[in-house]
Amino acid sequence: MEMRHLHALLKQRHSLGQLEPKGGKLAFVTVPRENLRGLLTELRDVHGFTHLVLLTAVDWMEDGLFQLTYMLNNRGRDMTLGIRVMLDRQEAQGDSIHDLWPTAATYQRELKEMFGIDFPGSPRIDEEFILEGWTDLPPYRRDFDSLAYSQQTYAERPGRVTHDPREYMKSKLYPDGV
Amino acid sequence: MKDVDDKFLKNIETEFPLREELRPRRVTTPDGQEIEIEPLKDYFCEAAPKVHPKAYIPIVEDFYNWARANSLWILGFGTGCGAIEMRPLMTPRFDAYRYGIQWRPTPRQANLLMISGYLSVKTLKRAIRAYEQMQGPKYVVGLGSCTINGGMYWDSYNTIKRLDQYLPVDLYIAGCMPRPEALLAGFMELKKLIKAGKGEGANKYAENFATYKANQKSVIKDWDMPDYNW
Ligand code: SF4
Repeated sequence: MEMRHLHALLKQRHSLGQLEPKGGKLAFVTVPRENLRGLLTELRDVHGFTHLVLLTAVDWMEDGLFQLTYMLNNRGRDMTLGIRVMLDRQEAQGDSIHDLWPTAATYQRELKEMFGIDFPGSPRIDEEFILEGWTDLPPYRRDFDSLAYSQQTYAERPGRVTHDPREYMKSKLYPDGV
Repeated sequence: MKDVDDKFLKNIETEFPLREELRPRRVTTPDGQEIEIEPLKDYFCEAAPKVHPKAYIPIVEDFYNWARANSLWILGFGTGCGAIEMRPLMTPRFDAYRYGIQWRPTPRQANLLMISGYLSVKTLKRAIRAYEQMQGPKYVVGLGSCTINGGMYWDSYNTIKRLDQYLPVDLYIAGCMPRPEALLAGFMELKKLIKAGKGEGANKYAENFATYKANQKSVIKDWDMPDYNW
């Protein structure tokens, strides 16, 4: 209920999308990129969403979009709000919010490395985060083929077999093929 | 079967600049002298590892091997999930110490490197450094299916799939993850190998040094250490 109330309050000003409640305490909402900073600031300073739980991305390759999800938590009222922002996949650039939550800088470094989404102005954004000496596509992008990469990069021990679980169970359980 | 429908860049040729602190340069010492330093050369011995010859008389070598088998010092370096199973071994429940097996905090004091699970490329680099800093004779044991054939990380973009390409493995302990009992059985097996004179990993490494280095460098692309980290 409280969530709907909040949504109604902010909807006009920040051109929010539909509210998608997931149970009582969690809801998601989409916001245009240019309204993101205003919305986050207001949620943090006025509505008590002081904790940035996580910042993560989804690769919608077919639609040519990256989705960023900012999870904000209001501890006092036990509410979590997921803010979604859609970015152009080709451009792959987001707006840094490290001045709102310093922890965001770390998430942004990770997104830069794993998805190749840039956040200009974010501290140490160009440094390596987890990978060392990575030369290929950012590995969490969906057009990066992890299996083929590992087959062509790392030596394999021969003799490893893979079964299609369905066919394998069938042949084990019904050896006569009935 | 090889995956043929592959999409990635394959820029294998990218060159990585050496890190700032490893480059040769002129520095001023605290007492005002100007000196040339070359960190990769100054801090490390450049000589490649040498094969350690067997004792001339077999019975002496047998005695050495018996002594080596009863003095296993594990480097406390956990690389994957399997490291969890080493903890109970150090406690009264399983108590590996009664077999004369103990853990040490630094490579210089250890002679058994347990690779306890998957190795990402980044950890592989550290594992190689640790291995090379250990004193010979030294042994490597691979724990779990990840070290044997990739285990459940068989299609991962960042973990190696076959440890013996990069380090000379004396023994594998299968399982995902192997239980402490399996580890104890593995230790007993390793002792038998050493007593029989088959724990020759360090010599194998020295003999095939070029091959091992080539394999290591083929996956570690930003090689920023000397070739041998002794
Ligand atoms: S073999 Fe299993 S337990 Fe061991 S590192 Fe691999 S996944 Fe983890």
